[in-house]
Amino acid sequence: MITVVNYQSATLLSPQRSSSGSSHSPRSSSSQPYLSISVTEPVKLGNGVQAYISYRVITKTNFPEYQGPEKIVIRRYSDFVWLRDRLFEKYKGVFIPPLPEKSTVEKFRFSAEFIELRRQALDIFVNRIASHHELQQSEDLRTFLQADEETMERLRSQETGIFKKKPADLMQIFKEMQTRVSDVVLGKEKPVEESNPEYEKLKNYIFELENHLSEAQKHAYRLVKRHKELGQSLSDFGKAAKLLGACEGHALGKAFSDLGTKSETLSVRLQKEAHQLLMNFEEPLKDYVRAVQSIKATIAERANAFRHQCELAETIKLKEINLDKLMLTRSDKVGEAELEYKELKAESEEATRRFENIVRVMNEEIVRFQDQKTQDMGIAFHQFAKGQSRLANNIADAWRSLLPKLEACLS
Amino acid sequence: MMGSENQGFEEAHIDASREEMESLVLDDPSNNSNGTKSFSHHRSAMSSLADSHHLLSRPMVAAPADSDPLLAPPSFRDFRNPNVAADNSSYIEPPSYADVIFSPFDENAVHEIDGVDSPGRSSDSSVSLSRSPSSSSDYIKITVSNPQKEQETSNSLVPGSNTYITYLITTRTNITGFNGSEFSVRRRFKDVVTLSDRLAESYRGFFIPPRPDKNLVESQVMQKQEFVEQRRVALEKYLRRLATHPVIRKSDELKVFLQVQGKLPLPTSTDVASRMLDGAVKLPKQLFGESVVVAPEEVVQPAKGGRDLLRLFKELRQSVTNDWVGSKPPVAEEDKEFLEKKGRMHDLEQQLSNASQQAESLVKAQQDMGETMGELGLTFIKLTKFENEEAIFNSQRVRAADMKNVATAAVKASRFYRELNAHTVKHLDTLHEYLGLMLSVHGAFSDRSSALLTVQTLISELSSLHSRAEKLEAASSKIFGGDKSRIRKIEELKETIRVTEDAKHVAIREYERIKENNRTELERLDRERHADFLNMLKGFVLNQAGYAEKIANVWAKVAEETSAYAREST
Repeated sequence: MITVVNYQSATLLSPQRSSSGSSHSPRSSSSQPYLSISVTEPVKLGNGVQAYISYRVITKTNFPEYQGPEKIVIRRYSDFVWLRDRLFEKYKGVFIPPLPEKSTVEKFRFSAEFIELRRQALDIFVNRIASHHELQQSEDLRTFLQADEETMERLRSQETGIFKKKPADLMQIFKEMQTRVSDVVLGKEKPVEESNPEYEKLKNYIFELENHLSEAQKHAYRLVKRHKELGQSLSDFGKAAKLLGACEGHALGKAFSDLGTKSETLSVRLQKEAHQLLMNFEEPLKDYVRAVQSIKATIAERANAFRHQCELAETIKLKEINLDKLMLTRSDKVGEAELEYKELKAESEEATRRFENIVRVMNEEIVRFQDQKTQDMGIAFHQFAKGQSRLANNIADAWRSLLPKLEACLS
Repeated sequence: MMGSENQGFEEAHIDASREEMESLVLDDPSNNSNGTKSFSHHRSAMSSLADSHHLLSRPMVAAPADSDPLLAPPSFRDFRNPNVAADNSSYIEPPSYADVIFSPFDENAVHEIDGVDSPGRSSDSSVSLSRSPSSSSDYIKITVSNPQKEQETSNSLVPGSNTYITYLITTRTNITGFNGSEFSVRRRFKDVVTLSDRLAESYRGFFIPPRPDKNLVESQVMQKQEFVEQRRVALEKYLRRLATHPVIRKSDELKVFLQVQGKLPLPTSTDVASRMLDGAVKLPKQLFGESVVVAPEEVVQPAKGGRDLLRLFKELRQSVTNDWVGSKPPVAEEDKEFLEKKGRMHDLEQQLSNASQQAESLVKAQQDMGETMGELGLTFIKLTKFENEEAIFNSQRVRAADMKNVATAAVKASRFYRELNAHTVKHLDTLHEYLGLMLSVHGAFSDRSSALLTVQTLISELSSLHSRAEKLEAASSKIFGGDKSRIRKIEELKETIRVTEDAKHVAIREYERIKENNRTELERLDRERHADFLNMLKGFVLNQAGYAEKIANVWAKVAEETSAYAREST
C-alpha cells in the first residue's frame, strides 16, 4: 500500500521518501490512501512536579478503518510511550521508531527549545509509524489516534510493557542482553545463541555504530554551543568597539561604531544559526542514535525468541525420549505423554515460526533502515551545509559592507 | 602551544594537497586537539596566540640534539626554510599570510593588503605601531637572539652561584648616527633596565615605550627555557618600539646600548646630573666621570632619595598644601586643553582595556569553533571508514560518501577558522599595544606634574625666603649702627634667594619643555593611533570577510553535492 505522508510542522526530519499534497485539503476525490498526522500546539499543564505537556494530535486519513477524514485528540508523552510499547510487543522484528528521551530534569525547565524539539520528534515518531506498511495497520495506532482522553488514560495506566519497567530493571535487562551478545562477539560458546555469521556481523555493526554516532552527536551539540558562544562574544566585542569609538570620535569613531553595530547584527545571526543547527543537524543525529538503540531492543527480542525456540526444542527432545521409553514399556501414561508431546510440538512449531518471522522481518527492516538513514542523514547534511554556507555568506557580506568607508578613511 | 597539538593539520596544510589531507588525518585520528587551551590570564592568551601563529605557518622543527637547551627556537623564520639554524641571521621579510592564502574578491584588496601589511603591519612577532618617522627609507631593524648563560665575574662568596643570561642584540640600520650598518652586542636584562631608567630621565614628557617587566616570580616558577624565550620576545618587542619612536631612536642612550661592546657604560642612576639644560645627555663627560654639581641643573630631575631627601620633603609639603588648602597654587595647571586631553586619555585607556578584553574572548570563541568543527569532521571521517568497511547495502556506501563530503568540508572549515584566528590575533593585538602605551602616557604626564610641583615648591620657597629677608631687614633697621650678625644673615639669605631664583627659572624652563614634549607626543599618539586603528579595523574586517567567503565556498560545495536530498524532501 502506498502511503502518502506529509509533514505540516516537522519540516526537515521527514524520514519518508515522498510526500505531497497539503494537509489542509485532503484529496477526498483521490483514491490514493493517506494517513497523515500532526503533533501540534504543546501546552504546559499541571503544576510543579506534576507538570506535563499535552499535544494536539490531528489525524487526517481516508483509511476505511478510521472514524472519519479528520480527528483531533489530546495526548501526552506517556501516551506515545504506551503506543511504542504496544507496537514493540505486537510487531516483533520490526524496528519500532524511536521516541525522544523521557527527560526528568529538563522537564522542569521546559525551555522553548526543549518543547519544540520534543514536539518535532513526536511528530516524526507517529508519522513513521503511519508510513510503515505493517505498523500502520495497528489497532493500537487507531486507538492512539482516535480514543478519547479517558480511555487513553485507562489504557496508559494498565500497561506493563518492557519499557514500563523501572529504569534500573531496564538497565539490568539490557545489560544481560548485551553480555549475551558480546559473549557471542567474543566467541564464548553459549548454547543458546544463533550461530549465524551474518547476523553476528550485524549485531557487531549495530553496537559499534551506536558508539560512533554518539560521538558525532556529542560534537554536533558542542558545535551548537560554539555558535552561541561566538555570537555572544561578537556581541560583547561590538559593544566594546562602540564605546571605544565614542572615545575616539571623528572618522575613526564612526568606523568603530559601524564595526560595533555589524558585530551585534552578526551576533543575532549566529544565535539563529545555532538554533537551526540544533533542530536540523544535532537532532537528526540524536534521532539516529535512538533508532540504533531501538534496533538493539529488537535484537534482544530476537535473542529471546531464539532462546525460547531452543528451550522448547530441548524440551521436545527429552519428551520424545520419554515417550519412546513409555511406548516401549507400554505404560498407560503413553496417552497423556502423547498429548503433551503434541501440544509441545505445536508450541515449538509456533516458537520456531515466531523466531523465523522475526528473522524475516528484521532482514526487511535492515534494508529499510539503511535506506531511510541515508535519506535522513542526506537531508540533515544538506541542511547543515546550506546553513553553514548561508551563515558564512551573511558574515562575509556584513564585513565587506564596512570596507568602502574604511578604505575612504585610509586614503 | 597550539601548534604542537595540531601538527597533523599544520603539516597537512603545508606539505600535502587538500585531497591528501584526509588520508593524513585518517592516519592521525588521535592527534586531534582535545586539550582545551587554558588561558590563565588575559595577556597570555593573546600573546601566546600571537607567538604561536608562527608555529601555524611551519612544521615544528626539532632542535638539533647537541644544541644548548637554552637555545630557543627562532622567533620567526621564513616558512619556506624550516631548517634554517637557530641563530642564522636571515632577515628575509616573511611573506604576508594574506598574500599566500588569499584569493581576494577584488584585485584592489590584494594591493591594499600589501600596502597595509608592509611598513606598520609586519607579520613578525611584534606589531610595529607607528609609521616610520620621516621617510620610509631609513630604518633600524633590531633582533634579539641566542640567549646564553654567563657567569658573574665579580667575587661572590659562593662560587658559581651568580649566573645570568645574556642575549645577542643585532642591529641593522642605514641611519648615519650609528657606527656602521650592522653590528651586535651582548646585553643582559639588567642592562635593559638601566637603558630604560636613563631614557626616562633624559626624555621627560615623552611617551617612552614601557620596558618588559622583571617578572621576578615567573622567573622562579616557569621552566627556564620557556621563561628565557618569553623574555627574549619581550626584549625584542621593546627595542623595536624604541627604534620606531622618532626622538628616542636617535638617543645616545640607545646608540650606546646597541653598539658599545662589553659592559654597558651607562650609569644606573644619575645622582650627578651633568646635563645640558635642554635635557640631552652629555655622554663624554659622564664617561670620563666628570661630575659638576650645579644646584640649578639638578632641578631638571625629579627628586629622588638620598641627597634629595630635603627636596622631597619640601615638595611633599607643597603638594599637600596644594591639596588641602584648596587655594590655587602659585602656578596652577591652567592648560584647560591639557586637562581635557588628560581626561580623554583616561577614558581611552578604560575603553581600550575593555575592548582588549572582549577581543580576547572573541579570539577564544573563534578558536573553540575551529576546534569543535575539526573534531566533528574527524568523527565523521571515522564513521565514513566504518560504514565503508562494514557496508552490505549500497545505501550505506552512499551515506558514507555523503558523510565524507561533510567531514572533508568540516576539516577544511576548521583549518580556515584557525587561520582566521591567527590573523585576528595579529590585528587585534594593536589594541593591546596601545593599552600598553598608556603606561608611557602616564609616565609622561607624571613627569609633567612632578616638574610643576618642583616649580610650585620653588616659588613658595622663594616667597618664604623673601618674607624672612624682609623681617630680618625690618628688625635690623631698628638697631642703630647696624646689626653685624643680622646683616650677615641677610647677605646669606640674599645669596640663597639668588640661587633659588636661578633654580626656579631652570625649573620653569624644564616644565615648559616637558609641556611641549607632552603636546607633541599627544599629537603624534593621536595621529599614529588613528592610522593604526583604522588599519587594524580594515585588516580585521578584510580577514573576517575573506575567510568567511572561503568557508562559505567549502559548504556550498557540500550543499550542492547533497542537493538531491533537498529536492526529494519537498
